[in-house]
This record gives sequence, structure tokens and C-alpha cells, in this order.
Amino acid sequence: MTSFLTIAVLVFLGAAIYQMTKIFELSQAGKDHNQIANDKDNKINGYLMFGFLIFIYGITIFSFVKYTKVLLPAASSEHGSDYDALMITSFALILVVLVIVQALLHYFAFKYRGKQGVKALYYADNNKLELLWTGIPVVALAVLILWGLYTWTEIMDINDDDDPIVIELYAQQFNWTARYAGDDNVLGEANVRLIDIDRANILGVDESDSYASDDVIVKELHLPVGRKVNFKMRSQDVLHSAYMPHFRAQMNCVPGMITEFSFTPTVTTAEMRETKATKAKVARTNAIRAERAARGEDNSDPWEFDYILLCNKICGKSHYNMQMKIIVEEEESFQEWLASQATFGQQMTAN
Amino acid sequence: MSAHANEHLEDHGHHHKETFVTKYIFSQDHKMIAKQYLITGLIMGAIGIAMSILFRMQLAWPGKSFPIFEALLGKWAPDGVMDAEMYLSLVTIHGTIMVFFVLTAGLSGTFSNLLIPLQIGARDMASGFLNMLSYWLFFISASIMLLSLFVETGAASAGWTIYPPLSALPMAQSGSGLGMTLWLVSMAIFIASSLLGSLNYIVTVLNLRTKGMSMTRLPLTIWAFFVTAIIGVVSFPVLLSAALLMIMDRSFGTSFYLSDIFIQGEVLHYQGGSPVLYEHLFWFLGHPEVYIVLLPALGITSEVMSTNARKPIFGYRAMVTSIIAIAFLSTIVWGHHMFVSGMNPFLGSVFTFTTLLIAIPSAVKAFNYITTLWKGNLQFNPGMLFSIVLFRPL
Repeated sequence: MTSFLTIAVLVFLGAAIYQMTKIFELSQAGKDHNQIANDKDNKINGYLMFGFLIFIYGITIFSFVKYTKVLLPAASSEHGSDYDALMITSFALILVVLVIVQALLHYFAFKYRGKQGVKALYYADNNKLELLWTGIPVVALAVLILWGLYTWTEIMDINDDDDPIVIELYAQQFNWTARYAGDDNVLGEANVRLIDIDRANILGVDESDSYASDDVIVKELHLPVGRKVNFKMRSQDVLHSAYMPHFRAQMNCVPGMITEFSFTPTVTTAEMRETKATKAKVARTNAIRAERAARGEDNSDPWEFDYILLCNKICGKSHYNMQMKIIVEEEESFQEWLASQATFGQQMTAN
Repeated sequence: MSAHANEHLEDHGHHHKETFVTKYIFSQDHKMIAKQYLITGLIMGAIGIAMSILFRMQLAWPGKSFPIFEALLGKWAPDGVMDAEMYLSLVTIHGTIMVFFVLTAGLSGTFSNLLIPLQIGARDMASGFLNMLSYWLFFISASIMLLSLFVETGAASAGWTIYPPLSALPMAQSGSGLGMTLWLVSMAIFIASSLLGSLNYIVTVLNLRTKGMSMTRLPLTIWAFFVTAIIGVVSFPVLLSAALLMIMDRSFGTSFYLSDIFIQGEVLHYQGGSPVLYEHLFWFLGHPEVYIVLLPALGITSEVMSTNARKPIFGYRAMVTSIIAIAFLSTIVWGHHMFVSGMNPFLGSVFTFTTLLIAIPSAVKAFNYITTLWKGNLQFNPGMLFSIVLFRPL
């Protein structure tokens, strides 16, 4: 009965709208139906165009003021500051060009709004002008790109200088495991064909490899501050991506291939927790969580800041939740923690 | 004698008698085909938008229950909360529909078919039959793509770029089963449709221009459509090859993209392949694809702007050169989608350099548009408003 009444109401509503439209059209009998823009339309749109310019300037400034705080804080790695410098310079350049070009566009749209009887200027080409605005972008972009290329080459030059510690990041659906190379600083050979779940050899490390026995396998990444880390990434099944935003680090984990990335952390977790930006973010987040707790919803425990490793390549159902905590600490507490973990050799003899 | 001759001349204009089917369904007339492309493109667009609303609702309020999900998605939204795989499926199919079915076929198919013969002075496209075929292949591929949404194991859910091994292994996620196979079949047919269409546009522009219409007198719109078709012919076959290799990996046990995989408790037999190969093949189309989307729109904008500004487009030769430069350069920048794919960083440097180059012609076009507006007498018709808005973000 309800659905019949609903349908009846909708039908009558439709009929009423139809009739009202017909009546409206009849009332328009004497008016001008020309669809082509006339002087009045051009004037309105011209003013609106200029108004829109003010609007976009305003909303840009507003967004910068209100939302800068949700951007990542200053980088916690050595190359991170070079990376951020490039980013900010690019944005600054873009903003300058934006301000000028948008002003020109909208001002011209306003100034040259159509008027009856005005003749447009016949100006079909000017090769000097073309050369000018080909040349200036070339120079500006060349500088930016060369700087970018230099930075990229520096970041991606993964070498053994500065005595790096070697850590393997092992990705699988849907968790991360880290394997430290141990005292010899060489990772033992590993392959998925050597995986033996029954004996808890989840990473497929080669037991017969002498370098493997001192490897340490953990579920939480600890890094000593100020020491370079060379990451070797492996994947067990599908494409994953090791994304460590605070350190400006990302590299895909490709099954069948070992990929690399390297950085030097410069800010410990403890120091990071004390920074103004982090404190503000924690406060904001916990305010939202408190509201959720009051409503009895999940995920409402207070949050403490931690560096994080996220998966950044769609890998299936729980991709959104594939994370690992990263803790950056002083060298001594790092060594202490590492020493307290079981090595691969010890794990295997225990099984 | 002369009366006879006149009668004979009149006969040339007569078509065969058209039935409903030959006039509206299997039409070979370019204007009717343009309408067919337009309507199909718009319907696909509406469906794509509907999907995006659904997944964005869940994205904005993660974990929240929406009764409409249960009504629309059934088992894929238990208790009104969208299943994670359905989320990924919606995102994937939304992306595929919007990029390929709406922006490539819907845009190029509609406007190239409608405008090319009219603007170069030809009677119709070079081959009405291929044109009709290209539309119906597009329709079939769109239907298969939509049907894949209703498969029991779910539609393809590895993102619109469907990187393997996730998309190649049904055991990696349920959307990589039948849903993925249908996606591949649909895209293979779509590519055939697109290639037929592009061939038609190229041949028509090269061969059927009316007397006096030299290439340098072509409207910019036609230049844009012509160059777009060339990019299409160069790059879509590479996507087809990527899809074929994927089909072989999925169904015939080959290892083009797969190597050393341990999943669901066992080692798979694949050896020696690399997912990075797929990424290269995909993005070799993927980058020119976005220019296939952009260039027709820029072509239309050039004409609409110059007409509504009551002055010729500024720098015709520079605009044509820019279009050709963008097309050529677009084939050598694909690696900028793959900087962290694990490929050699030096290769990344090369692609950075070529990407620098491709920014220049685009900038030139934008400045030319602004100069077209300068000292014009701007009529703010709807087309003009749209054109100005189009190049605002450029």
C-alpha cells in the first residue's frame, strides 16, 4: 500500500511540475529567446570572471592558512630536507606563475567582454613573442629539473659509504617483517622457495648460509639515529611499496627482485614527539578520538606519535591496513634492543 | 540530351532506401555514429560517477554503515559497511570507465566522428563500415565491462592500472578471478574499436580533404583529432600486447610478469618474469593516453575561443607545432609514472629530462590562448565559458 501511495505521489508531482513548466513557457511568449550572448550577458559574465579571480586568490590563501598544518612535518632524514627544498621551490614557482597567468586570463576576460560594435584586433601571430615564451619556460624549467636531477642522483646513489646498517624489508599480504643483517652486516641469502612455515622460516632465509645465522627478524623497525640504513626490499607475493613518509622514502617491493633505498634518520621518535607540530597533531587527533569514544565507536584510544611504514601499492583486501611501526632511537638503546632479539640461527635451532 | 544528363547527375545523390536498422542501429553515417558514441559515453559517465559517489562516501567516513550500500551492493556490503575488496573494485572499474570509455571513446569518438568530415569538406568518413564497427565494438566492450561488476567473485580490483602479480593471480584477491578475465576481454575489444576509429580518422584527414584544403589550412580542431588518432594507433597496440601477455600468464602458465611467488601457503611455478615489464608496457600507453584525452579538448577550445573572441587563434603555426611536439614527446616520457618501481634510477633521470621537454609546448599553447583573448571582443556563450575554464588549470 505504501509503495502504491509513494508511486502515486511521485506521478502527481511529475504531472504538477510538467504543468507548471508549460504555464511558465506560455508566460514567456513575448520575451527574447535568443540563445546567443548579448551585451548584458557579456557584462554579467565579464564581472563574474573578475570576481572569480578574487575568489581563487582568496581560496588559495585560505587553504594555505587553514590546511598547511595537515601536511607532513619537516623531514626526519638527511636527504629529506633537500627533497622538501625542491618541493617548496617548485610550489613557489608554480604559485608565481599561477598568480600572473590567472590574473591575465581573468582580467582579459573582464576587460575585453563583448560589446556591440567593438572590433576585435586582428593579431594572428608574432614569432618573437612565441620565442620569448618558449625560451623563458625552458630556462626556468631547466634550472629546476637540473637541480632535481642532482638531488635524485644523490638520493638514489646507494653505496656502502658511512658504514650503513643493512636491513631487509619483507612485504607480504598483509604485513611487514624486518630482517637485520646482524653483526656481520651482511644479509643471509633468502628465497621464497626456502620458506618453511612448520619451522617458522617465514622469510625463506637459507639456513646453510653462514651470513644468515646472525640475522635478526622482527616485526617492529628500530633505527639508530644518525646512522645510514641501506634497505633491501623483497616481496613474497604481489607488488607492495615501502613508504616511510616522515623520512621521504618510498620504493616498490617487487616479487622476484630485490629493490633498494637508503636514508639516514636524523630525529629520534622521542625528539619528534616533543616538536610543536607533532604535539598539535596529536592533540587534534586525540580530540577527534575522544569524541568517538564518547559515542562508543571503535578506534578511539588516544594516539601516541610513532614513525610509520605504510604499504603504498594496492596489494589486496587489507592493503589499507598494512603498516609497521618505526622507532628511531639513540645508538645505545638501539644496540640494547637488537641484542635482546633472537637471531635467525637461534630461532632455527630452537625449532 | 541535356535533360538526360541532369537526371543522371541527380541520381548520384540518392542513397539506398534506409530501414530503421540501417538508419539508427547499424548506421554508417558519421553524424549518427557520433550520436551513438555520445549517448553511450554519457551513460558510462553517469555510471562511473555513481560508483565514485559510493566509494567516496565510505572513504570519507571509514567503517561507517550506510544502508544504501546494503541495498545496492548486497553481499558486498555486510551490515552496510563496504567490503574492502568491493571498495577496490569500485575504484578500479570507475577509473577504467572514466579514462577509457568516457574520455577516450566518448570524447574522441563523438567529436572526431562528428566534426572531421564537416570541417575538412568530406562527405563522410573514409569507411562508414569500419566506423559502424568501431562503435559497436565499443558498445560490446562497455557491456562486458559493466557485466563484470555482477560476477560472483567480484569485478577486477587491482586498480585501473591492474598491475600484476595482484591482477594475474586469482588467489591474491577474488577480483582477480573471472572479473579480471572479463576486464581483459573488454579492453581487448575496446582497443580494437579504438584502433579502427583512429585509422578511419587518419585516412579521412589525409585523403578526403576537399580541394584547396591543404594541411596548413586545417582547423586546429582537426589537427588535434588527427594527431590524437596517430598517438592512439602508436600506443594502444602496446596495451593490447600487455593484456595478451597477462592473459597468457593467467591462463597458459607463462611467466612474463611473474617470478618467485609464495602465496596461500605454496610456491608458484613462475620463474624469470617481472612485474616491471608490465608497468613499462602499460605506461607506454598510459602516458600517451592522457594526451589522447587532452588534445581533442584543446583542439575544440582553440576554435571555440577564436570564434567567440572574434579574432583568429594567435600563432596557428606555433599551435600546430606544439600539438605535434606534444604527441611525439608523449611517447618518450612514460617512465615518469615509474620512478619508484624498482627500475634503474638512471632511467628515471632520462624520463625526468624528457618530461621537462614536454612541459614547454603545453606552456606555449596556454600563452597563445591568453593572447587570443587579448584585445578580442569576447562573447561569453556557454562554449566560451567552458573553454576558458578548461585552460584555467593549464
